[in-house]
Amino acid sequence: MAEFRITGMHTGVPTHYCPGCSHGLIERLVMESIEELGIQERVIAVPGVGCAGLAAAYYNCDCHSPSHGRALAVATGIKRVRPDNIVFTYQGDGDLASIGMMETIHAANRGEVLTTIMANNAAYGMTGGQASPTTLLGQRTTTSQQGRTVKANGYPVHMSELLSQLDGVYYIERVTVNTVPNIRKAKKAIKHAFQNQIEGKGFNFVEVLASCPTTWGMSPVDAAKWIGTDMIREYPLGVFVDKDQGVQR
Amino acid sequence: MSKVLMKGNEAIAEAAIRCGCRAFFGYPITPQSEIPEYMSVRMPEVGGVFLQAESELAGINMVGGAAGAGVRTMTSTSGPGYALMQEAMSNFSAVGVPFVVVNMMRGGPGSGGILVNQGDYFQATRGGGNGDYRVLVLAPYNVQEACDLIQEAFDLADEFRLPAILLGDAMIGQMMETVEIKDVVRENRDISWATTGWDRKSRPRNVLFSLNATNEENEARILGIEERFHKAAERARIDTYRAEDAEVILVAYGTSARVSSAAVDTLRECGIRAGLVRPIFLSPFPVERIREAVIKPDVKAVVAVEMSRGMMVDDVRLALNGEKPVYLCNRVGSFVPMPDEIADFVKQILSKEVR
Ligand SMILES: Cc1ncc(C[n+]2csc(CCOP(=O)(O)OP(=O)(O)O)c2C)c(N)n1
Ligand code: SF4
Repeated sequence: MAEFRITGMHTGVPTHYCPGCSHGLIERLVMESIEELGIQERVIAVPGVGCAGLAAAYYNCDCHSPSHGRALAVATGIKRVRPDNIVFTYQGDGDLASIGMMETIHAANRGEVLTTIMANNAAYGMTGGQASPTTLLGQRTTTSQQGRTVKANGYPVHMSELLSQLDGVYYIERVTVNTVPNIRKAKKAIKHAFQNQIEGKGFNFVEVLASCPTTWGMSPVDAAKWIGTDMIREYPLGVFVDKDQGVQR
Repeated sequence: MSKVLMKGNEAIAEAAIRCGCRAFFGYPITPQSEIPEYMSVRMPEVGGVFLQAESELAGINMVGGAAGAGVRTMTSTSGPGYALMQEAMSNFSAVGVPFVVVNMMRGGPGSGGILVNQGDYFQATRGGGNGDYRVLVLAPYNVQEACDLIQEAFDLADEFRLPAILLGDAMIGQMMETVEIKDVVRENRDISWATTGWDRKSRPRNVLFSLNATNEENEARILGIEERFHKAAERARIDTYRAEDAEVILVAYGTSARVSSAAVDTLRECGIRAGLVRPIFLSPFPVERIREAVIKPDVKAVVAVEMSRGMMVDDVRLALNGEKPVYLCNRVGSFVPMPDEIADFVKQILSKEVR
């Protein structure tokens, strides 16, 4: 059995995440992918604003952390002037699908040669658990205390499905990290999304169903279970677009 | 280089390219759309990047990304678009990303009108973004100066690590004049701070992030901006016209300065010793230079001439600190105060002030 090793893409600064939070896990998959692909010296991280926004302290590479929602505009600017660098964004559902929805759709539609990881935890973690566009119907949050209703907030936004409609996208997959097999699949998807960028292919998008036990009011174990039941029902896993395989749902 | 006849907006775009600007991100808006149009053709010719953004909000963040990656980058807009950029101006000045924004002012508030105006003075010099931050603002009064100042703006932005604004107006953007555009490409700009990819050898890891972990860090960031801004203030300069022996001084920038210089001649013909002080820097405001030109025994009155409800006049009053009477002669709604109107205004206040 291989010995556990912290990737060199991590600065060694201890993370601030709550117990059972998925951000640290997903970031590890991102860091390992970068290291395994040997692109550490070329990579530039663009962490969106949210709980994972403080990750500029963790990624052992140059980082440009923009204002809330603007990650894909900043990443576009970087990549357009430095096409040989590998540029990725890591954004929460609030950052990417609410305040940054416009930047997301246009970057995807332009087919920017970027890699975007969306950590969908169906809530605003950093600001204390308010509703997000991906909050499930009936899900209680601090701004939908009786549960999300269609009347008040409309329907959960399915970013992978939405972006699949755009001709500019190259690869879209929805994964999760609630079980060991799922973590393995998530790693494969994330690495693929970086490999594509290395080959000049874009736009690459991986949506990761993530847990936020703190604002969900659950134990880490129950949160992982809830992903496997409720979240996956609303947000089915799978490959939505893979132009290499001729897949575009 | 020889002189050529060019439209203001196009000349500004060419001047930017000639000083090494290699990326443009922007969104169309009258009266500056000739800048993105020109850039869409010229940038590919020089191996640069042109991208029409989905909004000014996205455009300015693309600018920050590209400039943050060490490339000379600009955008251009007018008041409504500049309003959308305020969050980014605050954020990128906090992390010291140098770039240039051209604001060709049009009428406001709201959609206002597409003709000449100076109502964005506060938005440019005070900043509409949050927090304690500063930006540099330069104001040209003809096309030649617009070309020279945009090149200087790139250098100043680099030197002081602050965004710089070229504050023009619809008149300067739209008119044609003869210009000589200089080639001033800077070799070896210092981009050791930029996010270019970290080789783990030549420098520390670079992080551009405006959120502070501690109060101390936040305080140091703000004081750093302030210190750079104060250093830039030493460069803040004015131009003067017949101000040496003046008894009344007009203070104006941009197109109103051009009209005011005609008003100075009109007044001189009537035997009134008028002069013009024209701030070229609006932020930092050239307080010392203005005081040197104005605090003289002969000067009886100072008149700020503006195409706004009176914004720069506040800075003139702060600079003179009550030591000379300051008046405002202005028109709003894209009306340009005419030389005769300005002259009549001056005659009226002089009769009140001294006789
Ligand atoms: C312009 C602006 N509005 C609001 C905020 C406050 N804010 C910070 S993070 C955040 C939401 C983060 O939620 P999400 O993107 O889902 O990430 P999570 O924290 O859940 O990982 C908000 C609203 C901000 N920083 N900037
Ligand atoms: S609040 Fe939620 S998203 Fe934020 S660190 Fe805690 S568990 Fe993670």
